[in-house]
Amino acid sequence: MIAFEKIVFYLFAAILVYAATRVITVRNPVHAALHLVLAFFTCAALWLLLEAEFLAITLVLVYVGAVMVLFLFVVMMLDINTSPIREGFIRYLPVGLSVAGLMLFEMYLVVHSRYFSAGQMPAPVPHAADYSNTRELGSVLYTDYVYPFEIASVILVVAIIAAIALTMRKRKGTKTQNPAEQVKVRSTDRVRVIKMEAETKD
Amino acid sequence: MENIYLTIVLAPLAGALLAGLFGKVIGRSGAHWVTILGVATSFVLSVVVFKYMVIDGNEPFNGPVYTWMVSDGIHMQVGFLVDRLTTLMLLVVTFVSLMVHIYTIGYMSDDPGYQRFFSYIALFTFSMLMLVMSNNFLQLFFGWEAVGLVSYLLIGFWYKRPSAIYANLKAFLVNRVGDFGFLLGIAAIVMYFNTLDYAGVFAAAPAMAGSTMQIFPGSDWSVMTVICILLFIGAMGKSAQVPLHVWLPDSMEGPTPISALIHAATMVTAGIFMVARMSPLFELSETALSFVLVIGSITALFMGFLGLVQNDIKRVIAYSTLSQLGYMTVALGVSAYSVGIFHLMTHAFFKALLFLAAGSVIIAMHHEQDIRKMGGLRKYLPITYWTSLVGSLALIGFPGFAGFFSKDTIIEAVHASHIAGSGFAYVSVLSGVFITALYSFRMFFLVFHTHERFDEHTRAHLHETPAVVTVPLIMLAIPSVVAGYWIDPVVFGDYFGDAIFVSHAHDVVGHLAEEFHGTSAFILHGLTGPAFWLATAGLGTAWFIYTQKPSIAEQLAQRFQLVYRIMLDKYGFDRFNEIFFAGGARGTGWTLWKLGDVLLIDGLLVNGSARLVGWVSGVVRHVQTGYLYHYAFSMIIGLLLLLSWFLWLAPGA
Amino acid sequence: MVLADYLILGAVLFGLSVAGIFINRKNVIILLMCIELMLLAVNTNFIAFSHFTGDISGQVFVFFILTVAAAESAIGLAILVVLFRNRHTINVDDLDSMKG
Repeated sequence: MIAFEKIVFYLFAAILVYAATRVITVRNPVHAALHLVLAFFTCAALWLLLEAEFLAITLVLVYVGAVMVLFLFVVMMLDINTSPIREGFIRYLPVGLSVAGLMLFEMYLVVHSRYFSAGQMPAPVPHAADYSNTRELGSVLYTDYVYPFEIASVILVVAIIAAIALTMRKRKGTKTQNPAEQVKVRSTDRVRVIKMEAETKD
Repeated sequence: MENIYLTIVLAPLAGALLAGLFGKVIGRSGAHWVTILGVATSFVLSVVVFKYMVIDGNEPFNGPVYTWMVSDGIHMQVGFLVDRLTTLMLLVVTFVSLMVHIYTIGYMSDDPGYQRFFSYIALFTFSMLMLVMSNNFLQLFFGWEAVGLVSYLLIGFWYKRPSAIYANLKAFLVNRVGDFGFLLGIAAIVMYFNTLDYAGVFAAAPAMAGSTMQIFPGSDWSVMTVICILLFIGAMGKSAQVPLHVWLPDSMEGPTPISALIHAATMVTAGIFMVARMSPLFELSETALSFVLVIGSITALFMGFLGLVQNDIKRVIAYSTLSQLGYMTVALGVSAYSVGIFHLMTHAFFKALLFLAAGSVIIAMHHEQDIRKMGGLRKYLPITYWTSLVGSLALIGFPGFAGFFSKDTIIEAVHASHIAGSGFAYVSVLSGVFITALYSFRMFFLVFHTHERFDEHTRAHLHETPAVVTVPLIMLAIPSVVAGYWIDPVVFGDYFGDAIFVSHAHDVVGHLAEEFHGTSAFILHGLTGPAFWLATAGLGTAWFIYTQKPSIAEQLAQRFQLVYRIMLDKYGFDRFNEIFFAGGARGTGWTLWKLGDVLLIDGLLVNGSARLVGWVSGVVRHVQTGYLYHYAFSMIIGLLLLLSWFLWLAPGA
Repeated sequence: MVLADYLILGAVLFGLSVAGIFINRKNVIILLMCIELMLLAVNTNFIAFSHFTGDISGQVFVFFILTVAAAESAIGLAILVVLFRNRHTINVDDLDSMKG
């Protein structure tokens, strides 16, 4: 059982690292986005391994289903000339790799301290079959974290409005109604009665 | 009686307001009528008060009229203290003022600022009355500043003359110096006595006699000495004592009536009056009295010298005023307050007389003031001549005239005193007698005797001045003669009663009173004293030099050129003030402007900080490349550094 | 499985995205993706800690991070669209109007 878990973990970890590497190295942004989807997917699987079922599903639904689709949408919508964008890829590769490597090394040092060893942090006993991660999360989210939750919802609303406001534009030539102007109108603006001499028909 | 006191003060104010605000409406004669009526009312009521207070012997009045505000237990109010000292001052002020008002009708008759002038002098009378009738320091200070203000207005009355503007500014500024000391003195009184009322201060003063204060750390000063000297600095400004005397000669730029009213008879006496009023305080500090004495004797002697070299008729009298004020101050210094006030009174009469007589001469000479261009005016101006003679004799202290009694008593009082500095003061006042006689009669002879030194045109128009001018002269000449005979009650009797306090140790007047046996005996005694002989010698010298051998004066001026030049320079006070104080203030201002404003504030703080921010941002802006990845890199590198710090450098890593 | 395994996986993921930011410095879209990847690494760490300490709060934070990340990518993409519409490029080198 333990061995199977290990196999699953290393399998998904390998796929995840592969997908992430491809995300940053592929030439085509569409491919990068698709590899990112793969990365999210495998990560969701790893989260399942960590008994975070709700978040794993959310990641798939929200990210793979919505955010990444948005990315693809944008990438395809914008006619991007990728060749100048790729400039400097090789030039900055050593710098990027060395910085990333250094960071990784330092993180490794952090993680391999005794605080995070198996002795300090033993693997928890797996939950029973009828354990509901969603219920647990919800009970905390709607009690202790209710205010941050509300704020998060506000942030989402703001993001929606901001995204719409940013991208909306008035096209030339489109005909629209302005209800305020329509309500405000007065009869004298439309019809003007003038007095004039009666004219004889000749 | 309260209404009478109030009317005395308010009648001139009403006149001043009417003449000043409605001058155009009521016209020239209207202006002089309302103001003269106001001042005459005050005079008549002052006589009533005199009868009530002195002849009927009623108790002094002391009470508030209006409370302005009460702050922290200190009552700030308008209040009157009318005792015998005040009554005397009321009489002098209102009488001289009335004479000057009448005289002004003639003197200013063709001046365009006629109504304004009457408004000012009536306002001045109001201010002076407020000053002398005050029962608290606040009102005293009000009157003090008000007379200073009106004096400023009047000296600069002919505001189109640059010299008048210079003189009034000078008077104002010099008086500010004195007033600063005065204000500090009042502040010290409030600080230590917590009241502004005379009565409260005087009652609490003896208890304060021993207390000390520290002006500079480590040096103990007697509180009473500090207060008295500060108050006296105010008096030095107003009563023109050395070294704050410089404004008085220049104030002769104003019209002659105000020279008589303000700069001889009343305003300059405010300081003398104030010190006499504060006698319960001054008696507590021998140091302050010695200070007063020394300043007074310096003024009395050295200002007299300057009178010798002046050629402007009014300036000669102005320097004699300075000298006489010195005499009064000397009297105060030896605790002979009653004598000081007595001399104040007699001096007010004969000095006003002399000034008005000089004004009469000036009118007759068509505003020529140089005595070298006069001479032989006796036959043209008989009334002026005789009244001037009376005034001059009174001034030099000729036996029988008013000045004799007061001045001789001062000299005797100084002689009898044992206070520090009295030896010097005695020499000064005695020499002063000779000098006074010399310069007074120098002027007298040069103006009225000797040969005529004016042109034909002036001679053709030369005639005695009108009655509005000569009547006040005669009216003033009378008290210049007879006022002295009042010495018996005022000085040696107990006229002042409780109004003036003299401690037993300083009681020189009491000592003199024992030897006083009536005025005739006093005159006889005076005839044998040194003062009389010195005065006669001065008179004789003046007669000999200026009528018989005028060349002697020039020879003396040649022989003692250095001394002559120093005296023409007025000992260099003006130049010193101009260079040291005015120049110093300008230099300080310039330095502060250049260093403080231009360099420090504008240059360093305002523009400097802006330039610094500009420079720093000029450097820092290059960090802002505008490229997204630069920001991203800096964040990542920052993260890296933070991580490194956590790993290897943080405490407990 | 121990905690360190997950943390190292997160670290690797993070390092990859850092390297991605360096080498794809001119493409804003890839940059945004790298940021998503970074957030994923952080979320993985959170969940790992949450699992091994038995504290559900870690998952709550992941929930919030997901929310904010979604908002961020939505706005980021919106800005990108507007940018492209106005400048006809998403090359970071051309976007230097904020240069000091």
